[in-house]
Amino acid sequence: MSAAASSAEQLARALSAQRDKDDKSQLGFWIYLMTDCVLFATLFATYAVLRHNTFGGPSGHSLFRPGYVLIETLLLLTSSFTCGLAILTARLQRRKYVLSMLLLTAILGAAFLIMEVTEFRHLVTEGNSWRRSGFLSAFFTLVGTHGLHILTGLLWLSVLLVKISRQGVNAVNLKRLTLFSLFWHFLDLVWIFIFTFVYLFGVSGL
Amino acid sequence: MNQEHSKVVISHHHPVAASLKRYLIGFILSLYLTSLAYILAVRHNLTMYWLGGTVLGLALLQFVIQLICFLHLGTETKPRWKLAVFWLMILVVGILIIGSLWIMAGLNYRMSPSQVNQYLRGQDSL
Repeated sequence: MSAAASSAEQLARALSAQRDKDDKSQLGFWIYLMTDCVLFATLFATYAVLRHNTFGGPSGHSLFRPGYVLIETLLLLTSSFTCGLAILTARLQRRKYVLSMLLLTAILGAAFLIMEVTEFRHLVTEGNSWRRSGFLSAFFTLVGTHGLHILTGLLWLSVLLVKISRQGVNAVNLKRLTLFSLFWHFLDLVWIFIFTFVYLFGVSGL
Repeated sequence: MNQEHSKVVISHHHPVAASLKRYLIGFILSLYLTSLAYILAVRHNLTMYWLGGTVLGLALLQFVIQLICFLHLGTETKPRWKLAVFWLMILVVGILIIGSLWIMAGLNYRMSPSQVNQYLRGQDSL
């Protein structure tokens, strides 16, 4: 009887220690995300300064295809949502649902990245690479940095998929998944501003 | 032991139904705001000034909605370190963006032909 009580006490203490550790790692990761925001802010500021310096070349108005970018945006937004669903199903310990939601997230993210790379290739083959003008240098740096983050996220996600399919949704994997979801939602946050300030402003000639 | 462990961890989090509602609201509002901004920019009915302001406002609104619904900002218990770091980030980003634009606007003004001519005239008279 008393042995059971003390073991319950031990369990409670171990859990609260684990929770403290999880909270700390989440805060640490959150601080990383906020500094990453500062990185993106410098690139946004550079783009804001250089976006009219087309050096006689084409401006965003003639280069960007709004419908194409809208599809990219919807893909990324939906993948952010399915990533949230993965967290919810992970809390319910439904491994199959977690895996299918994460797989869907990965497919949508990969589709986004493929569309972006296709757009870049299209621009470069038309002679509008980053060497064309200050505007295009800033554009490729800003959007390319976001794309590299997405690529990193996809690599992280594939590792996570393997881990969860092998080990199931244990406490460690749930923590990993939580950190990943923060990263993935954050990338969608940055994309809102790229979509608005780069593409919508560019298309309407602002 | 392991089974019990995971169960206790789950019960610690907020109820799943409430979280699902949050994600759904965030997703639907984001879809709505994205398409609204897109339609405004493509149809181009507003004047430049209003269009820029509205579209940026919609982006900021979506930013706040996703912060609350997807990143759960503001749900942590005191001490709110995440929120504190977030406000510090906003401050730094604000200084960075407004400062850059201000400096470059000043530079453009001073390098404009009329200003440069005025400067050169001042040099000649010395």
